[in-house]
Order: sequence, then structure tokens, then C-alpha cells
Amino acid sequence: MNIAVVIRQVPDLIEPLEIDASGTSLDMDEVSFLVNETDDHALEQALLLKESSGGSVTVVALDFGEVDDTLYAAAAKGADRIVKVAYDEDRPPSPRQSAAMLAEAVKQLGAELVLVGVYAHDELEGVMAPLLALELEMPYVGVIRGAKAGEPGSVTAFKEFPGAVMAQMNVKLPAVLGILAADQPPRYVPVSRIRNAMKSTEFEEQEVAAAAIAPAVKLQRMYHPEVGERAEMLTGSEDEVAARIAEILLEKGVIK
Amino acid sequence: MATVERDPGTEFISQVLDGEPALGCMQCGMCAASCPLGAAMEYPPRQLILQARSGNLDKIMDSPSLWMCVACYTCSDRCPRGIQLADDLWPALRDKAMQEGIQPPTELQDAFQNIFKYGNSLGESARKRLDWAKDLDVPLRDLSKEPSPVEILWLVCDYPSYYPRNQVVARDFARILTALGIRWGVLGNKERAIGDCDRLYGEEGLFEKLVEDNKKLFDKYQFEKLVMLDSHSYRALSHFYPRFGAEYPVEHHTTYLADRLEQLKPLLSKPIEAKVTYHDNCCIGRRAGIYDPPRQLLEAIPGIELVEMERNRDHALCCGGGGGGMWLDSHIVEHGGQRLSDQRVQQAAETGAEVLAVSCPFELSRFEDSAKVVGLEGKLQVRDIVELLAESMDLAEKEK
Repeated sequence: MNIAVVIRQVPDLIEPLEIDASGTSLDMDEVSFLVNETDDHALEQALLLKESSGGSVTVVALDFGEVDDTLYAAAAKGADRIVKVAYDEDRPPSPRQSAAMLAEAVKQLGAELVLVGVYAHDELEGVMAPLLALELEMPYVGVIRGAKAGEPGSVTAFKEFPGAVMAQMNVKLPAVLGILAADQPPRYVPVSRIRNAMKSTEFEEQEVAAAAIAPAVKLQRMYHPEVGERAEMLTGSEDEVAARIAEILLEKGVIK
Repeated sequence: MATVERDPGTEFISQVLDGEPALGCMQCGMCAASCPLGAAMEYPPRQLILQARSGNLDKIMDSPSLWMCVACYTCSDRCPRGIQLADDLWPALRDKAMQEGIQPPTELQDAFQNIFKYGNSLGESARKRLDWAKDLDVPLRDLSKEPSPVEILWLVCDYPSYYPRNQVVARDFARILTALGIRWGVLGNKERAIGDCDRLYGEEGLFEKLVEDNKKLFDKYQFEKLVMLDSHSYRALSHFYPRFGAEYPVEHHTTYLADRLEQLKPLLSKPIEAKVTYHDNCCIGRRAGIYDPPRQLLEAIPGIELVEMERNRDHALCCGGGGGGMWLDSHIVEHGGQRLSDQRVQQAAETGAEVLAVSCPFELSRFEDSAKVVGLEGKLQVRDIVELLAESMDLAEKEK
């Protein structure tokens, strides 16, 4: 099975998020990036499918953020090809722009199955995964929690519905699956293998037409959460905060 | 001439241990009998060598035992043949296992990934490296901003930099150094993990990267000595870094301060009336033979009565946090082992001591947690020697 995996970079939330002078965007000078968590699961699912049923895995990503680190790790884990799509902007693209550019690169791979994370935490304007399927003119199934090779020309996918109800479905290929979680957590790969991949992996650089898609949503203001009228913000030393939490739990009858 | 080929297991341990020692293992069982977690291991140390020599590397690598050693070094210390299991054989097997796709326990994976991406095991931002010093009331020289020659380059290390309980110790140490008139500096946001536990836990590639990065960093600055609170970093810098050509004068803070005891003594003005017992940590104890300096420091504090646990010095029980053990409690307990720190605080309480004194950052959280678990909260305080010194010097920070 020829599988393409789309991987994105998202802001790393270990850094405090700062808003720039425009008031409508994060301050990109203060942001560091890491691989989108569900995309990492998409890669793991692709590698599991390849290991169980053969085929190849090609990872496609826009050249943005700290993508090289992510791509070398993907190569070390077992991706066969790495396609890096040129992207010169200093801000991440919108989901619609990403979908258009990544679809153009994916189309050239002749992939039967496209795996992508079901969401990313920085998606403000739509969700990229189904938009990618639209651009590729392929059917889409999201919130997938595992997949295995099915009858020829299909995969068996496991979808989670609200209330922890699971569905097993036969998905005819080609198709795009929005992955929530792979059959197993993303694998750990030793740093020595990543460093070897840095020496031996050649990225396939690809140019695609910039997606001239005007934003459908105008962001008016970006701001940190504000204290609501009924919120009590706890301040002071750890001991004082802990004592107040205990008081609140007693007041509300949570503990006796 | 006919040659006899060694089986892969024998060949492997022969390479790792540089030839003959492991092949000379006589299966006496001293290692397995003295291992504090041996009873819970499918393959305790003696079995490990036996199975490896029998070519059963796969069996060992698939076993939970592979991730149960916490590098207390008791096996290496007791071995009549001097076989270095904790330093060399376990890590090499783990490295081989990971290269073959065997997954380490998830908490340990997280620690490795945090060190690789963020330069610290706690997964904190490098920009917050100096948060411990926000309210520091003595001058701090951040060499990454104002490079100038210093007597000691103090490697604050991960836990004292980020973990609130250890941050108190870091501030106390800064005040003590300043009171002694020592010209000290830190690396600020440029500091990265040293990587001892990763070396021991088989992440050779990560360890090599840390050595390369740290060597480049240290070489930028002029200092007489590297000093650190973290015994694991001390172990790595004094023993493993030289293997990679990164050799520096290194000293653990207890020996550094004990060497200045005559200067310290007049400053120790405030008595601490308490019965205190000291826990010998494995990296400076069994591995480096540093037993007296921490005790000299404690005995110099007026009011302190130092009492010994039955298991002390080279017989001391490990806290269970070394060699990656900080991230393996769940794995060890799941597979029938006990948290060694739970046993150790009980041993401390049996002496009648009110204070368990420590000299390694991992031990504060491990022993304080264990004291709560075994019902010793409020009866046994866990305090770093640095905290006790600072209190006696009237330098400790006051409760806000």
C-alpha cells in the first residue's frame, strides 16, 4: 500500500504564548514549534500498516517551524520518502491554505491512502484534514482510532463516536483518514538513529503554487483568558493556595 | 588453523566489557543477592550474564528486568571479578534493545524526549532555567550574558533549576557561595542536562549529543572548576565525559564545601537542635567513595547529633531514583518491585532521627513522597545538607 502522511508544525505550549503588536496574532519570535500530536499518530499508524501489510510511507510537510527535526525523526522511525514543500512565509498558513498546498504535493505521489491528524490545536479557520480530502477529491473519515489492511483496495478503520461507541468500517481506497490515535503510541526512536538519519536522509524538495486563498474569517482580537466575574484567582505561596483549595472543597461540600 | 566462533551473546558482552571480565564471571551470585530489586527481576544480574553468555540476548531484551536496574552499583561493588554491570552491561543491552525497536517504559521515553528537545528531563522551557533565582538576594553572574573568569562554574542542573522544592536548595547554595567570597557563575538559559541517567539507561546517542553540546558550551568560558549539587551529573562528568574527550576539573558540592570547613565553621552560628541521619547517595558514595565530607559538614553544625542508619556508607540502600529510576517507579512496581525510597525512609526513622539529610537533588522529592506514603509525614523531615548549612549560617530564606 502506498501511504502518504501529512505532518504539520504547531506552536509548542511549553513556552508562554505572547501576542504581537497587531493584537491579532501570536508573536512568532517567541514561538517554538513541534510536531502536531495527532499527525505523529498518523505517522505511527502508517508505519504499522506498512509493517503488517507491506508498501511504502511518504511523509509530506510544509517547510515551516522546526520541521527538519520532525522529518529526520520520521525518517529514523522508518518513513521511506520525505517530501518537503517550500513555504517562505514567517507565519503558519491557514488550514485552507495548507490543504491546498499539501494536496498539490500529495497528488504527485499517487498515494492510495492519505493519513493526517484529525485536528491541530492552532486551527482557527476550519479543520485541515477534511479540507485536504476535498482538495484531493477523496472520501474522508475522521476521528479514527486504529486501522488495518482490509480486502484488496480497502482498509478497515475504527472510528470513535461520542459515548465511547466504536464503529468498524470498510473504507474503499483511495481515501483520507483523519487519525485521532494510532493502534499504539508513537514509537520512541533512539537519538543515535535520528542523528544517523540527519546524515543519510535526503529530503525531496518540492515547489507548489502558493495558495491564494483569502481568509474567510477576520480575526478581530487575540487575547489571554480574562478573569470572569464568578472566578476566584488564587494567589500567594504554594501553602496558601493549597489551603484555599482545601477550604473551597469544604465550602462546596466536595469533601467533608 | 581452525577458529572457534563465539556465539553472538558471548561476543556482545565481550565487546561491551572490553574482553575477559564477564567471560570470567564465576556465577557466584553476589550481584543478584545484593541487588535491592533482584528478587523482582526475571533476570537478576547473575542470570543476565548467564543468559547473555548462552546467546539468549533476545530473552533479556524482551524482559521487564531490562528496565528495573536503578544503577545503585551494589552489584559492581560486590563483584569479586570487578564486572561493571551498572556502568556498562545494562546500558549496552538497553541500547541494543532500543536499536532493535524495543520500547522503553513510557515515562522514561518522555524524559529522553524532553532532554532531547528541551535540554532538561522535566520538559520545561529553556527560557525558565533561571526562574529559581527570581527572588535571589545575592548577585548572580550569568556567564552567557557576562562572560568573565570565575572560580567555579556552577552547573545548577535540572531539578534545582526547575523543581520548586530543589529551587530552595539552589538559592541557599548561592548564598553560601557568596558568603564564602567565592567568585561563581552559572550558564543561565544556555545550560543543558548533563545526561548521566541517559548514559546509564542506554540512550547512547542522546548522551553523546549532550557531551558534544556541553563541551562546546563549557569551552567558551574560563573557570577553575565545575561544581554541582547533582550527584548524577558529577558521576557523568567525572567518569563518562572523559571517555568522549571532555575532561574538566569536577567537584561535588559536598567535597567543595568540606574543603572550606575552617572558613565555614565560624559562620555556622545558629544551632540546629536535631538528631540527623545522612543518606549516602550511590553516585558519590559507592561510586566515588565520598563518605566523610557530607558527615563533616553535618557534624560542624552546632546542635546536630549525627546518627547512622544500620545500612550506611557502601552498604547504603539506594533511593531508587538513579539510572533513570526517577521515571521507572510505575514500571518497577508493576513488575513486582518496591519503591526503594519507601524502605529507606523507614530505615532512617528507625534511628530515631528527626531529620534525614541528603546531598542529591532526586532525594528530596523521593524521600518526602515516601515519608507521606509510609506514614512518616511530620515525623521525619527530609533536608538537603545545603539547607541545614544555610539555616545555621542564618542565610536560609524566611517563610513568606
